Amino acid sequence: MNNKNRVVLSFSIMALLLLTVGYGQSWNVALAIFNMCLISAVMSMGLNMQWGYAGLFNAGVMASTAIGGLTAVLVSYSPVMKAWSAGGTPLTAAFTALLITIAFGLLVWKKIKKGFFRSLCMTAVVLTGYVFMRIYYDEATLAIEAIEPAKTGFLGGLGLPIIFSWIAGGLAAAGLAWIVGRISLGLRSDYFAIATLGISEIMISILKNEDWLSRGVKNVTGLDRPVPYEVDLQQSEWFINLVTRFHGTADDGSPVSADILRETIQLSAGVFVKICYSGLFLAVVLIILWFATRALNSPWGRMMRAIRDNETAASAMGKDVTSRHRQVFIIGSAVIGIAGAMLTTLDGQFTPGSYIPLRFTFLIWVMVIIGGSGNNLGAIIGAFITWFVWIEAEPASLWLVSHVNVLLAETNPLRVHLQEVAPHIRMVLMGLILVLVLRFTPKGILPEKAPEHY
Amino acid sequence: MENSIDLLNALALISNYVLIPSLSYGSQLALGAVGVTLVFGILRFANFAHGELMAFGCMATIFFTWWFQSMGITHSFFPTALLAMPFAVLLTVLLVAVIDRSVFRFYRRNKSRPVTFVVASVGVMFMLNGLVRILVGTDEIIFRDGQKFLIKAGAFKKMTGLSEGLALKQTQVLTVVLAIIAVFLLFWFLQRTRTGKAMRAFSDNEDLALLSGINPERVVMVTWIVAASLATLAGVLYGLDKSFKPIVYFHLLLPIFASAIVGGIGQPVGAIIGGYIVAFSEITATYAFKKFITYLAPDNFAPEGLGQLLSTEYKFAVSFIILVIVLLVRPTGILRGRVL
Repeated sequence: MNNKNRVVLSFSIMALLLLTVGYGQSWNVALAIFNMCLISAVMSMGLNMQWGYAGLFNAGVMASTAIGGLTAVLVSYSPVMKAWSAGGTPLTAAFTALLITIAFGLLVWKKIKKGFFRSLCMTAVVLTGYVFMRIYYDEATLAIEAIEPAKTGFLGGLGLPIIFSWIAGGLAAAGLAWIVGRISLGLRSDYFAIATLGISEIMISILKNEDWLSRGVKNVTGLDRPVPYEVDLQQSEWFINLVTRFHGTADDGSPVSADILRETIQLSAGVFVKICYSGLFLAVVLIILWFATRALNSPWGRMMRAIRDNETAASAMGKDVTSRHRQVFIIGSAVIGIAGAMLTTLDGQFTPGSYIPLRFTFLIWVMVIIGGSGNNLGAIIGAFITWFVWIEAEPASLWLVSHVNVLLAETNPLRVHLQEVAPHIRMVLMGLILVLVLRFTPKGILPEKAPEHY
Repeated sequence: MENSIDLLNALALISNYVLIPSLSYGSQLALGAVGVTLVFGILRFANFAHGELMAFGCMATIFFTWWFQSMGITHSFFPTALLAMPFAVLLTVLLVAVIDRSVFRFYRRNKSRPVTFVVASVGVMFMLNGLVRILVGTDEIIFRDGQKFLIKAGAFKKMTGLSEGLALKQTQVLTVVLAIIAVFLLFWFLQRTRTGKAMRAFSDNEDLALLSGINPERVVMVTWIVAASLATLAGVLYGLDKSFKPIVYFHLLLPIFASAIVGGIGQPVGAIIGGYIVAFSEITATYAFKKFITYLAPDNFAPEGLGQLLSTEYKFAVSFIILVIVLLVRPTGILRGRVL
């Protein structure tokens, strides 16, 4: 089967699966899965740039996602003025102290010759800087977190429309990736993997504990939305008319009762909101896909693949491998950051506690590997299939368990246990799929196609 | 007189909260890191499933412990887990053998790139993660029995007349003693036996080792057996000392990797040193030194803050910072291991 047929076939099967869920379970569920599939597709396209184009093992996908989510909060939440006036000054002082420390550190690093004296000066600079930062910082956080801790207790954001955060999230993730890349690129892949894994864990602990910034585990809820609210839709004239036109009459032509109509309007409002999100997300996916495909087929893309396939040969041809790696790492992280902001937008809340590596790093890996590393459409279909399985495996395993369970008594400990652990069956399933794909079709569902012009 | 008592108090305080805990935590990390470093030396990839392997070993131990307890086999002093552990080791070794046969051997024969192994180990991590949770659930389990303390804080106070207590848990002593025994056996095995020498030769230079007739499959299998046994031991000791919770073992992965790299990857001795370095730094950096400073400082002086370098939630950052420093200053690690 050639590649084009594979694309058509795999996407048709995916569409069919989603339609089945739509008819079988409900359209709300199908669209919810579809939206998450789209977000996952953006994430896996980002990771595909890093792994598929350039062969970088990034085990810190979660860090980009989380910083994208944080940006969504910082852009859209209205600023908490009281907190700014209480803690703004010491916070600025702490930040200035940080900058001065960094400046002095760089000065020492550049001006003093390597040796014992430099280490001594460096330690002195860092320690002094730390003490000053800590003094102002402690004062600032205490002041900020004391302002209505039950409602806000953090600085808030800029109060801009949340859709801007999708771009800002990408930029923030790119900035983080630049720092990470400076530290850990240029070494062998395993080291890079471990370093990025560490960064992502630190990132999450920062989000969980820096209450002044992200409200920590108290979560930020009620974020602004780029689409209408269900409640408003149910009240608005045009929406009611729209629903009445489609669902106003029963099969025999008579008008349906008011109660049924109201229920239909409520359901339709949910579906409508999700369709709005789907439209936005789909636009993002298509734009990124367009850019990614262009990039992959350009000389730049060929250079990346050349570096991936043989670093030594590529550097012999005068390519700066490390800086190219850094470049693609930053671009890929930015794409993942966009997805992170989209995810927080869709959820309408930011919950640092929900970020776990298996879900936000390694699941994205499964998507890329299954779909076909190096192929953008492959990354998308991989994201769709993986997310679909991830979501539907839970009801499926619960169903399976419930069928096993009819044999057991209501209070049988085994039955209770099975009910509790059924959701974890999907972990095993994911691992199994990953290992099987890696073994038997290592190129994935849609293999990377060798360009014609070789 | 006053001063010397203050000094003793400070010493007791620091031993109780920093020295003893880091010694036992360091031993646990060291045992894990030796496994990672051996797998790296022989199979040449960073095994992301190692944390889950520790969780599996501990889980198996818990099941055997419960079984023995239900039959009434317990000891008034030692935890039952000690008796259960050998059986769990067998089970874990069996599991690892199956995993190696079904997953990793294929890539070894194909001479795949190291990163393919890493991705495969991520798949294994997922499976083990799910398996452990399916079998034992996600809740915290305390499976320690026998005597909890060797020295109780109150008894220590009464005995010495100091105002600071010093508690010594049995599990802490057990951890250190068992770690020493395990490490001693490991080095005896690596230095003295034929298979151990073959392993070291294979780790140093694969081609030369193959040339001299060493059977690579055998070396790999022995490596997995050693790594799985050490992982079980580390997992059980950690679980005994604190408690068993599957998610915690995933988070142990980072400090364990950090220990292996700090010591020099592929170097078992380095991994042990690395384990203690990481543990000491982690606990020291997150300990609030306020009371300690108050004891040592002149009278009527107390520091304003907690005297804590980092809040406890940032202990991941410590492993990471150590990792970065080693990366920048000495990429080979302390004992000149391989450069990754």
